[in-house]
Amino acid sequence: MSTDEPVAAPEKAAPEKAAPEKRAEKPGDSFMAQFTHNLWSANTVTVTVLSIVLAMVIGAILIIVSDSEVLKTFSYITARPSDALNASWNVVSAAYADLFKGAIFDPAAVSAWFDGSGTWQQAFTPISETLTYAAPLVFTGLSVALAFRGGLFNIGGQGQAVIGTITAAVAGFTFGLPVVLNLIVALLAGLIGGAVWGFIPGILKARAGAHEVIVTIMLNYVGLLFLGWLILQDGIQDPNRTDAISKSVAKSAQLPSFGGELRVNLGIVVAVLVTAAVAWLLNKSAFGFELRAVGANPLAARTAGISVGKTYTLLMVVAGGLAGLGGATQVLGTAYALTPAVAGNIGFDGLLVALLGRNRPWGTLLAAILFGALRAGGNRMQSFSGISLELVTVLQALIVIFIAAPALVKTIFHLRAARSARLGASMAKGW
Amino acid sequence: MANDHIDITVEPGEVHALLGENGAGKSTLMNQLYGLLQPDEGEILVDGEKKVFRSPRDAIAAGIGMVHQHFMLVPVFTVAENIALGAEETRGGPLGWLDRRRNRRDVLEVSTRYGLPVDPDALVENLPVGAQQRVEIVKALTRDVDLLILDEPTAVLTPQETEELLAVMRSLAAGGKSIVFITHKLKEVKAIADRITVIRRGRTVASVSPETPEEELASLMVGRAVSLEVEKTPAEPGREVLKIAGLVVDDDRGVRAVDGVDLVVRAGEVLGIAGVQGNGQTELVEAVLGLREPLAGSIKVDNEDLVGMSTKQILRSGIGYVPEDRSLDGVVKEFSVAENLVLDTYDRPPYGNAFRLNPAAIAEGARQRVEQFDIRTSSPESAVSTLSGGNQQKVVVAREMSRSLRLFIAAQPTRGVDVGSIEFIHGRIIHERDVGTAVLVVSSELDEVVGLADRIAVMYSGRILAIVSPDTPREEIGLLMAGITGSGAPAAPAGDDAGPADEAEEGTK
Repeated sequence: MSTDEPVAAPEKAAPEKAAPEKRAEKPGDSFMAQFTHNLWSANTVTVTVLSIVLAMVIGAILIIVSDSEVLKTFSYITARPSDALNASWNVVSAAYADLFKGAIFDPAAVSAWFDGSGTWQQAFTPISETLTYAAPLVFTGLSVALAFRGGLFNIGGQGQAVIGTITAAVAGFTFGLPVVLNLIVALLAGLIGGAVWGFIPGILKARAGAHEVIVTIMLNYVGLLFLGWLILQDGIQDPNRTDAISKSVAKSAQLPSFGGELRVNLGIVVAVLVTAAVAWLLNKSAFGFELRAVGANPLAARTAGISVGKTYTLLMVVAGGLAGLGGATQVLGTAYALTPAVAGNIGFDGLLVALLGRNRPWGTLLAAILFGALRAGGNRMQSFSGISLELVTVLQALIVIFIAAPALVKTIFHLRAARSARLGASMAKGW
Repeated sequence: MANDHIDITVEPGEVHALLGENGAGKSTLMNQLYGLLQPDEGEILVDGEKKVFRSPRDAIAAGIGMVHQHFMLVPVFTVAENIALGAEETRGGPLGWLDRRRNRRDVLEVSTRYGLPVDPDALVENLPVGAQQRVEIVKALTRDVDLLILDEPTAVLTPQETEELLAVMRSLAAGGKSIVFITHKLKEVKAIADRITVIRRGRTVASVSPETPEEELASLMVGRAVSLEVEKTPAEPGREVLKIAGLVVDDDRGVRAVDGVDLVVRAGEVLGIAGVQGNGQTELVEAVLGLREPLAGSIKVDNEDLVGMSTKQILRSGIGYVPEDRSLDGVVKEFSVAENLVLDTYDRPPYGNAFRLNPAAIAEGARQRVEQFDIRTSSPESAVSTLSGGNQQKVVVAREMSRSLRLFIAAQPTRGVDVGSIEFIHGRIIHERDVGTAVLVVSSELDEVVGLADRIAVMYSGRILAIVSPDTPREEIGLLMAGITGSGAPAAPAGDDAGPADEAEEGTK
């Protein structure tokens, strides 16, 4: 796409000729000028970054308002404004510093590693936590993003992930296969479980016209309640426990990790590989072409001979399989046993991750890592700064709201519409 | 830049035609006049007074009304509700209840004063297109406008409805209203306009009188000499390629649309199907393509029955198809030109296989066809939505003609397409005939059918009334299109559905 190209092309030149001329004609503009121009034009990256900034600003206000000590200083702000400002700055900077230290790296731990008083594991713990939380979200995010590109709104990531945890865990403690094989079988079981759960809304949509949003929402309940029932059954429930928890998956079926404080496991590697696979599927495969065509204009796709029903069904199978893999990563990577809340909220968070990642595979991966970082940092913020973990949820929600309302962000920051895109359109039209 | 220093003056009581190709800047100009866009330079004077329109509300207040190409009506509201929308009469202050009776009375009053029959209680979604357009006009007139802008009003109308609209325009002009009539159809301009302003690439190229010959108007529009006649040699029909026998098809509502059609198209000839839109042509073609299931009858191509085959199999068996609604069925607007060019061949060599695509081959194929079919685009990677209508249609035609074909079916091949592209597309269709392909053209524009076809089948109410030669007088074909056969009596409408007949009648009331 030519949206990032310099734009001072002669408008009346034949469009075919214009493209090469454009590049040659712009030596005068410095790199920095172009850089700032692109930065302040309303492209999606800018809007995304600014959305995160805005969310942090509002988050800061919430931190100040929820701290009674700081609020007291505001009661005499006219007498001594420095008190209020200092107190606000201290509480906010401490909170965000903890968020950063918990998510990326903690300078104290790193220096401890260098002077020998700490271990390298401690220095890498924050990033490990971030990636641990991110891995399942990558899968559920990809599930939603892929379905969306095919014109389907997969709200059922949660249910598909839950079924994925069940099949992966059951395979993980039942078969007792040799080392590598056991893990592969358990992951595949999770994939297939999710795929089956995705197939149901897919085939119902293709054959009976049932709306996938309704069906997937209902299947979320079915999946969750099935899990609640299943873990209390003989052969599934841990025989040594009376509460709702299943047997643990065999060691050989667990996703290998560094051990100790570094919980990060093979799941994130699988997630990156799967992201690459989804990117290939979407852009380079025949099925990806079909699903994009069906997603953008099902009537034209049908007229061109693409079977819309088949595409919908297959798409939901793949999307379900991805979410199922997310569930499998959760249970084989960190939880190791089924509990009623084993899948947490990964399915629904996947919706937000896909939205934040603009339904693009690599964007979804980055968004999942950001959400993982917020979650990991939030844990530290809660224990060190005493700020509730819920603030992180609020931050996530605010980011998504700003992303969903790009016009709002553009207005606040006075962004110009991306001029090059506009020009390209008008040039091609006025032949 | 869509408008480059345009000057235009509209006198009271005048029908001023704004003629130009798609994308010439006609609509942009009028959107400024209606307050939807703001000019960067220049000014708008109404009755000698300078005005600034920030929104359509300002324009309406200054006495300017507009009927858009795509109607701005709420389908589930009644005619009276739609007309009241935005200027509701209420009792008991702005939050009071609607004064429906007064709305109804206003509608009836305007509709009788200007001879625009509308039923205030009908639901808009149940009205034929021509009647919906009358609603739009009445809506503009109830706002007391002096200048009415009609943006491509005839693009969606049948020939009869067009005639009626022209009559309405004449009576409005006679009543002192000014009308700006945006179009790219030369015949209509000559029939109605008092003055013609031709716009090309955002500039006024000429202001001429309606006596100017069509050829001259066309060359002014396009910027070069164009031939309005399709040039072709006599056909040399060969074997029977497409044989349709006893075909019966229902439409989406379960109403009989095609009612026992027998048709033969030979290799090396163009069979044109003439008929007013909605007489079963769409369903007939969709049945051939496997997009709609026939209830009875057979569709054979070289003695191979197509009934029951999937659309993909049918296309692969050597049938090219240009659907009648380009933006709905023809192209995926978000896709690039290159992707649209392989929309039905993406999984076949050289463009790919059942598993993966071959981007290099797709790009190379696109480059060749952009050149070969003269598709005006900044790059094959541009989204098709950035192209003009004519160039989008060329993408569809290029795609369908890039396979080796036995049968080529084109439905409304030049609807919403500019003069220059029409000439090109017609040339390609005749070329396809000359290399021995059987060609079926469906069009509601009689000129197009007469120009292209070697034989004309006139379709009315789901049946083929007659097959005539293109030399047949226009009046005779026109009568057949209205369902009047040689015996003088209208043909009986098929079954209990009087849909198309109804629409035609409603149109003339």
